[in-house]
Amino acid sequence: MTTTTVTAAPVRAVGRGHVRVEGRDKVTGAARYAGEVPFAGLAHGWLVLSSVARGRIEEIVTAPVLEMPGVLAVLHHGNAPHVETDFVGMMGTRPDPTCAVFQHDRVPHLGWPVALVVAETSEQAREAAESLVVHYDEQPHDVEFSAEDPDARHVDGHMPAVTDKGDLEAELAASAVVVDVEYTTPEEHHNPMEPHAAMARWDEGRLELIDSNQSATWVVGDIAQLFGLDPASVHVRSEHVGGGFGSKGVRAHQVAAVMAARVLQRPVRVVLTRRQMFTLAGHRSPTIQRVRLGAEADGRLRALDHRSLSRTSTVYDFVEPSAGVARVMYDADAHHTENRVVRLDVPSPTWMRGPGEAPGSFALEAALDELAEKCGLDPIELRLRNEPDKGPVSGLPFAARNLRACFEEGARRFGWDRRDPRPGVRRDGRWLLGSGTAGASFQAGALPSTATITAEADGTFTVRIAAADIGTGARTALTLVAADALDVPTDRIRVRIGDSAFGPAGIAGGSMGTRSWSWAVTAASSELRERLVPGMEIPAQGITVRSDTTEAVAALARKERHSYGAQFVEVAVDPATGEVRVRRMLGIFAAGRIVNPLTAKGQFTGGMIWGLSMALHEEAARDAYFGGPVGADLAGYHVATHADVPHIEADWVEDVDPEDPVGIKGIGEVGIVGVAAAVANAVWHATGVRHRSLPIRPDRILTAGNGA
Amino acid sequence: MAVSTSSVITLHINGEKFTLPVDHRTTLLDALRERLDLTGTKKGCDQGQCGACTVLVDGRRTVSCLQFAIAAEGREITTIEGVADGDQLHPVQQAFLDLDGYQCGYCTPGQICSAIGMLGEHAAGWPSAATEDVRPEVGPPPLTVDEIRERMSGNLCRCAAYASIVEAVARAAETPAAPLIDAPQDTKEQAA
Amino acid sequence: MREFAYQKAADVSGAVALLDADPEARFLAGGTNLVDLMKSGVERPTRLVDVRQLPLDRVESTPDGGLRIGATVTNSDLAVHPDVRRRYPMLAQALLAGASGQLRNMATVGGNLLQRTRCGYFTDLTKPCNKRTPGSGCPAIRGEHHNHAVLGASSHCVAVHPSDMAVALAALDAVVHFETADGPDALPIGWLYLPVDETPHRETALPPGALITHVSLPPAPVAARSRYRKVRERASYAFAIGSIAAALDVRDGVVHDVRLAYGAVASRPWRAQAAERVLAGASADAETFAAAADAELAAARPLAHNEYKVTLMRNLTVAVLSELAEEAGR
Repeated sequence: MTTTTVTAAPVRAVGRGHVRVEGRDKVTGAARYAGEVPFAGLAHGWLVLSSVARGRIEEIVTAPVLEMPGVLAVLHHGNAPHVETDFVGMMGTRPDPTCAVFQHDRVPHLGWPVALVVAETSEQAREAAESLVVHYDEQPHDVEFSAEDPDARHVDGHMPAVTDKGDLEAELAASAVVVDVEYTTPEEHHNPMEPHAAMARWDEGRLELIDSNQSATWVVGDIAQLFGLDPASVHVRSEHVGGGFGSKGVRAHQVAAVMAARVLQRPVRVVLTRRQMFTLAGHRSPTIQRVRLGAEADGRLRALDHRSLSRTSTVYDFVEPSAGVARVMYDADAHHTENRVVRLDVPSPTWMRGPGEAPGSFALEAALDELAEKCGLDPIELRLRNEPDKGPVSGLPFAARNLRACFEEGARRFGWDRRDPRPGVRRDGRWLLGSGTAGASFQAGALPSTATITAEADGTFTVRIAAADIGTGARTALTLVAADALDVPTDRIRVRIGDSAFGPAGIAGGSMGTRSWSWAVTAASSELRERLVPGMEIPAQGITVRSDTTEAVAALARKERHSYGAQFVEVAVDPATGEVRVRRMLGIFAAGRIVNPLTAKGQFTGGMIWGLSMALHEEAARDAYFGGPVGADLAGYHVATHADVPHIEADWVEDVDPEDPVGIKGIGEVGIVGVAAAVANAVWHATGVRHRSLPIRPDRILTAGNGA
Repeated sequence: MAVSTSSVITLHINGEKFTLPVDHRTTLLDALRERLDLTGTKKGCDQGQCGACTVLVDGRRTVSCLQFAIAAEGREITTIEGVADGDQLHPVQQAFLDLDGYQCGYCTPGQICSAIGMLGEHAAGWPSAATEDVRPEVGPPPLTVDEIRERMSGNLCRCAAYASIVEAVARAAETPAAPLIDAPQDTKEQAA
Repeated sequence: MREFAYQKAADVSGAVALLDADPEARFLAGGTNLVDLMKSGVERPTRLVDVRQLPLDRVESTPDGGLRIGATVTNSDLAVHPDVRRRYPMLAQALLAGASGQLRNMATVGGNLLQRTRCGYFTDLTKPCNKRTPGSGCPAIRGEHHNHAVLGASSHCVAVHPSDMAVALAALDAVVHFETADGPDALPIGWLYLPVDETPHRETALPPGALITHVSLPPAPVAARSRYRKVRERASYAFAIGSIAAALDVRDGVVHDVRLAYGAVASRPWRAQAAERVLAGASADAETFAAAADAELAAARPLAHNEYKVTLMRNLTVAVLSELAEEAGR
């Protein structure tokens, strides 16, 4: 019947494992991703990228290509529609000009989009794109990233570039034990399994975009601004997204597809190739980090200095804020952190899973291990002795900080108390064995979001929110959150996401997605429950309420809000071949209320495996002479595969902040933080050699030899 | 003589026949995705370096990105759309669903097809690089987690759902599955 | 990828005739390398002659106790063949260490032998490469080369051959049989791959248009105790940075017979003949094994970033020969 029954009190959904609501579609192949929706008259666009690292386009020889079979158009700076880049978008910055394709003849890096060839079929488009001759006036380039670069400058990004308190040099001089070391991390790429893809279609003045992204709201806003459109006339859908990890914002392929669809008045799909992703999808900058720690003999920190240098393009300032992690994790009498950036002729970097924290924690948590060794202290004990009682830089109280519980529970489960601290003394056949640990944290932010919930006449509820499920399980998590908030079983909840028509919502990024969207869903549920009187008749069109958390998010008290974790790793190292194998991993996290334990486990272990992959495998090679990538594919850029991944466990401890209106924290990123350090610390424990440059590849193990 | 660079071909997919004209350059993967609307097979790298496009050809797992559609004529092709028995999921699919053997889902059809092919290879007694002693007299290797990991290593998962994928494959290995390949049925003409 | 004609070959002589008539034609078998190279533009054939269905897919024992392996036998079928696993375990191991289950199900013996280097400059058309465009230069020498050659390279090319299978075949003195318009012919695998010198684009001694029909393995009792060990930058599904195929027969503590070949160190599978000479008749101990490796690696000419390969190959030689010697002593 059509009466409401919200008084029944079913089993709570949050906290119980629930299979993904779209799971059946994913295991049967029915789930359609952005490049998979068929359209009558669809044309295929193929990007042409620059083969020089710096210069000007002198000529694009389009005539022969336009004669090729099936070719419909060649878009380039000489004929492409104008786009406007002078605006501040949803992310609080101007757009990366890399997405504003074909606006001028300058080439700021190798792999810069210079043209789009559109043809009837993808085979024709590819051959035509590869046949397009482009003449350049090539200019000298510089892609060499060096700690001594005189052009390095402080850049704030989303945090201040520099924090400073106390007299660093004096405290270092007065310290009983000092560690002063440099760490480096390489250029890393997101490489989601689904390449970036977009289909654009104009229909009576309205633009429809089927796209793979981490926020339909973000894409609508930026596309509308770029093309001077009313955002209401732009519709973005991204029902299923094959991974993002920070790379799926507004990029060249969407803009190129929109341009081509406008010029041709046909639907146009543009899909990046894997190789193109290496210059057009963003990446994590390499870092050079210097960490200086000064401590009393008992390990208490007197001085902490963490300085990070990262790299950006010449067209867009992006900072990899690796020094930020120390501002949360550890205090010292003198505390200095700074992030600097150097501009080179390379593609723009961007956020990549655990931005700042992932490389920053490698340096900081490895340096702490070196300090523990020098102090003759257990590395966990060293960390616990330096637990701050307030934000080391901000002075703000912690909303909740359960790092100690993570270490204690992790140590118990890992068997840490049986660990012999001496390095290089355990052997299993050809393998040297060692174990290591590291701490982790990641901010628990929130972004304003809107949601609508409709109480349907059939007794079900439809939740609409422009969330993106990039694999996090957000669609399922929101189903559980809504079920509890409405006090109905999950089978009466239908969650629709990935559609800009549902109103603005925060991004799937920064570990803010599920927290932000749950907030909006909870708020809408409360309001709906107030509207629904037991026994009332629901009209055929249902009863719909809309929430907006903008004010609530802004009103949140200023505190240090983070999730925490303790990482444990056991490795085996063959000193004869340089092979490193991780044998087991354990991560214990304090990350708020866990909505869906089944999918949460995947988020944590997925992050941890990213850390393993970062520690041992990932490095993008760049040729200094040509300025571009070498081996830009999944055979040249190694990510961990099945055989690399050992027995891995992730679990969590209680983490309650009674004042937090959501109680849910993001869990997508804290899992990667600290892992690379834990691996490096374990490699030292196995071999007695400190590896301060990632990845710890066989060649580096062999080159380092056996002596410290 | 005029050289033809396209042909009309007939593909046997999931027990059905599809006749369509193809540019010889069209890979089996693109024929599935762009011509036959069988988009369950995914394109992750288009270079044989990720396994997302895995399909079964004559019962064996292969990558469809490195085969031309025309060269697949006459072979029995099974894609993710063809592994379930009607509404009844294949045991590998069911285990992936129950044990959360995925996240974003994009590598999933390839992982599932690969696992199905791999379980067949194991059942046939094939050793792997994880097999300590490959001599036939030693007998077929038990399907340990290390064997599963090695045999599934041609399928990358960037979400890194590896732990639950291995768990799902191990569970499915204990569930008998119906044979996958049926005789082709009537030809379906595809619009040019 | 440019447009091409496609034909299925009816028989070996027909296949050879088609290629003989068209220098821009290529044979297509498993396609795992050729299709990829066509996508990247390195190969631009105007005609593909599909040889996959030719009756070259048998593995047969020969009367002398060897094996005759058809050129279109897949890597999987060869790896799991009982005679290979029993008589030449290192060949089975080499095959199983290669690529992935999917690719091994597609790749053929003939194609595996003729696969091209995975050097990142060779596969990137926007870069010079002497192998792809003779005379254009070798950027790897001053660029990214941490997985390039330390043996037998030249100032014109430092790329490595990527095959695992061919390393085991080199150690086993395989003979590669092929057919041309002039009829059947054969080359020992040691003569199949040409030295790099100034002509890295000339990779094999096969005449133009030749079709590999089969590979014959002579009997090799020593191979019953043999091993292939591959080191790579992840645990599976990656090309080698160094590999070794070794067979060892020890009697009374002395090396009675030995086969040794290295992979991922040269433009071809590298038969370690200098090492074998040191080992023959010598005491089967770690000292000898190290001396043998040193004898082989004395010719190594590492570049700025691949010197580790010399250490790696020395260590691998000692480790694998020691394991085999120890097993022989059990």
